[in-house]
Parts: sequence; structure tokens; C-alpha cells
Amino acid sequence: MQLKNPKPIRQALTLATCGMLAGVAPAGSVLAADKPLEVDSAILFYSETDRVQAFEPVVRVRKEIGEEEFVSARVVIDALTGSSANGAIATATPQTFTSPSGNATYQVNANETPLDPTFHDTRGAVNAQWEKPLSQQLKGVFSANASTEFDYTSFGLAATISKDINDKLTTLIVGASANFDQVSPAGNIPVGLTPMPVFPAVKTTTDASDTKTVTDLMFGVTQVINRNTLMQLNYSFGSDSGYLTDPYKILSVVDGGTGALRASDPYVYEKRPDSRARNALYWKMQHQFTEDVLTLSYRYYGDDWGVTSHTLEGFYRYELNATHYLQPHVRYYRQGKADFYHTYLIDGQETTLKEASADYRLGDLTTTTLGLKYGMALGEGSEFGVRLEVMNQSGESDSPIGVMAGQDLSTDLNAVILQINYSLLF
Amino acid sequence: MPKSITALILISVFTTFIGGCAYQRVQPWERDILAQKKMSLDPYPLDTYLDEHIYFSKENSSGGQGVGGGGCGCN
Repeated sequence: MQLKNPKPIRQALTLATCGMLAGVAPAGSVLAADKPLEVDSAILFYSETDRVQAFEPVVRVRKEIGEEEFVSARVVIDALTGSSANGAIATATPQTFTSPSGNATYQVNANETPLDPTFHDTRGAVNAQWEKPLSQQLKGVFSANASTEFDYTSFGLAATISKDINDKLTTLIVGASANFDQVSPAGNIPVGLTPMPVFPAVKTTTDASDTKTVTDLMFGVTQVINRNTLMQLNYSFGSDSGYLTDPYKILSVVDGGTGALRASDPYVYEKRPDSRARNALYWKMQHQFTEDVLTLSYRYYGDDWGVTSHTLEGFYRYELNATHYLQPHVRYYRQGKADFYHTYLIDGQETTLKEASADYRLGDLTTTTLGLKYGMALGEGSEFGVRLEVMNQSGESDSPIGVMAGQDLSTDLNAVILQINYSLLF
Repeated sequence: MPKSITALILISVFTTFIGGCAYQRVQPWERDILAQKKMSLDPYPLDTYLDEHIYFSKENSSGGQGVGGGGCGCN
């Protein structure tokens, strides 16, 4: 996500929202005047130490237009600034990189993890949804979404059908979605595993843009266990195809004996497979004690890139009184690396490997999040909430060689998340 | 705190919790608790949306909770 000519996002969002609502709302339906409009809003501040800062306001409105039939729309603006790791390793000498646009360079001090300071973006996203009872036991949820960034656009459709059985104690769910995305990076699409040229030389590119398709299929079951307990189990299968590489990420190429950067062409662009099959198994349980509510979840994830992960999450809603609550939150995520993850490449590997990436998000990674939310009911359907969380990511690198021994090749990222919520009936 | 006491507390909490989760067929007139907003599977969808967006951009894994989140160039 690099700086290029911004698009008129506000105009695009307005048009897209109106278009999608017209698309999903039933023809001829009239909004019921006596039903209040549910308005849900949030502002997220996300701040990484020395890296990315994000500001993300979200508004969601929902209206009942018939018996248990709702339409809703969600609008999101996501403004990002700061620096992002480019994939290269820290070295004992300063490093110079060509910016993704190819029109400039940026410097990184000795012994510092290379960060690309040209990371700026504003993303606008809209989602429209129609919840429709199809029969006594069947319910459909149909949605469309669109988003735009200066270098990325996405359009998607999704549908979920749920069926109540067993006296409405069991609900079966099947869902499907498809997203059609286009990436148009600054400086065009680089050829994977080719050298990053030194400015003003021009990199080898394939095209100005490329596409990817993301499809998901989900089967789930929700079961009422007793008066106080609810359980959910989902299995989802996803398939990605097309351009799945990050066009801005690079790898350092080093001498296999000394560990020093190769004298010429020390960096190459990353390259990922052009398809991915994903599997996820998700379990969730909610239990209410006298008043407090405990929510636990676990997700197993595995894909054919070789990544497996375990996610454990827990919330405990502690009722201070009838209108105030505190909710501690814990999340633990552990990921094993992709088959083609390399912290660096040995000179020559860029010609023998089919794919390679040094993106820490594909490496061995642990994320830990601790948070606390305070919520307060303000009246019928109106609520205020604020949550503060701290997140730490710790990535493990490949073993250092030679001169790399004195460098910190691992990832250690800290972030603070502050979110303010306000909802009301209008 | 001695390990035996810690273990005893953990076992007590666990057994109490499992006991509370025992299956019991719920009648239609006994669904007052389950009908509360805080007992819905996703009581705060904006929190879920924002969390999924953060972790989608910072980790490799995604999915499981539902379908149709929308695309993003962040990962």
C-alpha cells in the first residue's frame, strides 16, 4: 500500500452503498416507519511502536423492514500511515532501497530492521446486507461488499442460509462467499525473485495490475446446551487464486559462508504461489453465570502453503450493575511458517526456488493480545463502550549465518488498540 | 501459593464450569437468558469486524467465524 494518486473515495463509497442497497433490498419494499433505525458506530485507533498508525471510523445502520426481515449497511474508512517492514534483514552497515514506485530511494540505518517509510493509504469499504426469513425454519443472509484503496479494489458477494431444527435448539448453517480483487501497485507488478534495481534503474515488471479471486464455503452448527449455554462449531474451506504475492516485499540475498549481503543485486522481489487452499475449524462457547457471560473460542487453521495455526480467545463480561460492565479479553495466536518462508536467501537460491517470501506474517509467529472493555447502557437500545488492548507479535527467524550473528533478525512488534463504540436507536 | 492449592482451585473451577455446561433440553418458555443480546453469538459485530480486520492484516490465518468479510490489500 504505497502512495499514488488518491481516488475520490467518498464519492465512490456513496455510489457503491446506494448501488448495493438497491441490489439487495427486495423490490417494492417500503421501510417500516414505526421501526427504529439501529445505528452502531465505532472509531478505532491502532498504533504500532515506530511503525503503522491507523485511524478507522465505522458506521453500521440496520432497519427492520418486515417480520424479522432487516436491511443493513456498513461504511468504513481506514487511514493508514507509518512504516512497514519491507522484508530485508538488518545489517551492520546502512542500507539503501529503491521505493516501490521506482522514483526515489530511502535509507535505513545500520543495525535497524528495514522499514519502508512510504507506507500510506486510505481505504474505503462498504457492505450491504439483507436478512430475510425464507420460511418458519429457514433464514437467509445475503450481502455485497466493495472496497477501494489507491492500489487495491475488491468486490464480493456472500450468502448464508440457516435452518432451525430440533425445536430451534439446533441451527444448521451453510455459507458461501466470493471476492474479486484487483491489485495495481505503485511501480507496477514486479517479476518475482528478480533483483530490485538501484534507482534510477527500472525494475522488470509484468503488468500494471493483476487479479485474485477468494472464495469461501462454510458449514456450521449451533447448539443450545442448556438455559445458560450455547455452542457453535464451524468448518470452512477457502480457495484463493491469482496474484497472491505482496508486490512491495523483498528478500535479502546473502553469501552462504559469510552471511554478508551479496555485493551486486542484494535484494530480490518476493514471489508466492498463485493458489492457496485453506481449512479452518472454529469452536465457540458462551455461558452465562448468574449475570456474567464467559465466551471461549478456538480455531485451528491449516493451508497448503504449509501454515498451521491455533487461536485461543476468551472474553469475560463482568456485570458491575444493571447498566455497566467490564469485559477482559485474552487472545493467543500461534502460527507455524509457510514452506516458502525464508528470512533471507543464500546467493543462487533465487534462481532455484519457485517461491520465496521473507514476510514475517508467513513465518513462525506468536501474537498475544490483552484487553479490557468498559460498556455502559444509556437507555433503550443505546450503549457506549470503550476498549483498550495491547498486542504483541513475536516472530522467529531462520538461523543467522556469519556476520548476521550480531543482528536481531526476529520480529517483535507492539501495538495499542483503542476503540470507542456508540450505538443508538434513531 | 502452593501448587496443590492452585491445582485444587483450577479443578474446582473446571468441574463447576463443566457441570454448568451439562446438556439439558431447554423448553420454549425457558429461553429468556439465551434471548439476551449479550448471549447472542456476535453481540457486538463492529468489534468482531475490526478485530478480524486487524488480525487479517497481521497474521496469515483467516476465516472460521463466517463468510463475506470483504477484501483488503493489507495482506
